[in-house]
Amino acid sequence: MRSVAVVGASLAGLSTVRALRAEGFDGSLTVIGAERHEPYDRPPLSKGFLKGDVDADALALGSPEEYQDLDVRWLLGRTAVRLDPRATALTLDDGRQVQTDAVVIATGATPRTIAGTDGLRGIHTLRTLDDAHALRADLVSGRPHLVVIGAGFIGAEVASTARALGLEVTIVEATAVPLERALGREMGRICSGLHADHGVRLLCGIGVRGFTGTDRVEGVLLDDGRLLPADVVVVGVGVTPATGWLAGSGVEVADGVVCDSGCATNVPRVVAVGDVANCPNQFTGRRSRIEHWTHATEQPKTAVRTLLSGTSAAPPPVPPYFWSDQYHARIQLAGHVSPGDEPRVVEGDVDSRSFVAVYRRDGHEVAVLAVNQPKMFNRLRRTLLPFPSAVRIPS
Amino acid sequence: MITVCRVEDLPPGEAVRVTEDVPAPVAVFNADGELYAVDDTCTHQDASLADGWLEGCLIECPLHASAFDLRTGLPTCLPAKAALRTHRVTVEDGEIRLHVSVGEPA
Repeated sequence: MRSVAVVGASLAGLSTVRALRAEGFDGSLTVIGAERHEPYDRPPLSKGFLKGDVDADALALGSPEEYQDLDVRWLLGRTAVRLDPRATALTLDDGRQVQTDAVVIATGATPRTIAGTDGLRGIHTLRTLDDAHALRADLVSGRPHLVVIGAGFIGAEVASTARALGLEVTIVEATAVPLERALGREMGRICSGLHADHGVRLLCGIGVRGFTGTDRVEGVLLDDGRLLPADVVVVGVGVTPATGWLAGSGVEVADGVVCDSGCATNVPRVVAVGDVANCPNQFTGRRSRIEHWTHATEQPKTAVRTLLSGTSAAPPPVPPYFWSDQYHARIQLAGHVSPGDEPRVVEGDVDSRSFVAVYRRDGHEVAVLAVNQPKMFNRLRRTLLPFPSAVRIPS
Repeated sequence: MITVCRVEDLPPGEAVRVTEDVPAPVAVFNADGELYAVDDTCTHQDASLADGWLEGCLIECPLHASAFDLRTGLPTCLPAKAALRTHRVTVEDGEIRLHVSVGEPA
């Protein structure tokens, strides 16, 4: 194997390049990135960067010296539009062909949008640096009303940042309890209580029917007929894995790229990493796309071992981990919460917004949640093991 | 020079965060009997290393798992790239004393 092409210049893509070189791969490396930027860190886009405390330079993931050492050919501002069925050539959107011996799919995901937003200015999604630039410009333009659609972590962080910038913020959430899927009902309710603590209005169990305004958004029309005034709207209703370009490649796609536990796809010498990779996971007990930052740094090591050895092997069972910073609260979760898992507060108390809760299923500890308790959290996350029935999963 | 605490109040594996009379918070660690002091805030993103996971003389950030060598302040793995400033610690009359340095990190 003399050449590897990585499609996606994200954290997962860069981590793959680093892992390939760390494992001694000395062939040619090409990274294709849809954005014109070199790899950068996304988490601050909804927080420090959006607020204006962190500039774009500080988001860079690598340095010029490192990139020189990595010896990568960067094709930025270009997307791959086709992978040939033998996985030996990629076609880019400018018609160029990239010949390769192996392909790493790291194309991530794109935010879902809501119908009826086309042509209306002031409605944003947040995924990329350019998205964040555009949203920030709107948030600091002096228009006072922000409506956030979706009370997930991105929506919550944007609401928190906008509040710190002095905007009036309303969040509209379709489900009855925000964050229920990630944290369960009880803890979802507790963590979404942060909004009310900080004067952000949260409307739950209500859908969005449409928008008012001709050229620029003026309001959000709710299913119950209410109209919320809106100068700026952020849509944070989840993402869709970016797999459209794989049509005709033979790579199996189903909610992302279908992989085995070693990140191998059904096509030889093609692996997938990051948000787009749908791999069996010992903690969720099923195939999952793990869209977490830490995962994007760890999983490429597994994919690279698979590519270089030709044998797919599962990674060590490290529990999924993510964090979210909102309103000066640091929320951290390790493990996986399934419906019915019971959280118990083992330290602190929920009213003070400083606590650690351990989730149990049939007596087994399956997840740890902490708000403003990083020390205890990090001790407990190391004790988590996959749930016994989830150990053997179909590959 | 700052008096941190009595030696017996910082057992092995523990850390204490010093915020008074220092330009930036400092964390003092007892790594298996050796005392070290470094800037408390991770050089990658805002997190307190005193809350981190101490193993030997490596401290792992509680947020993103950057690790630093307490002897040098140098990061041993990403995402942190910049070094922490290290500070001298002495023990006098059973008390831990912190000598804060203001120079550039290693």
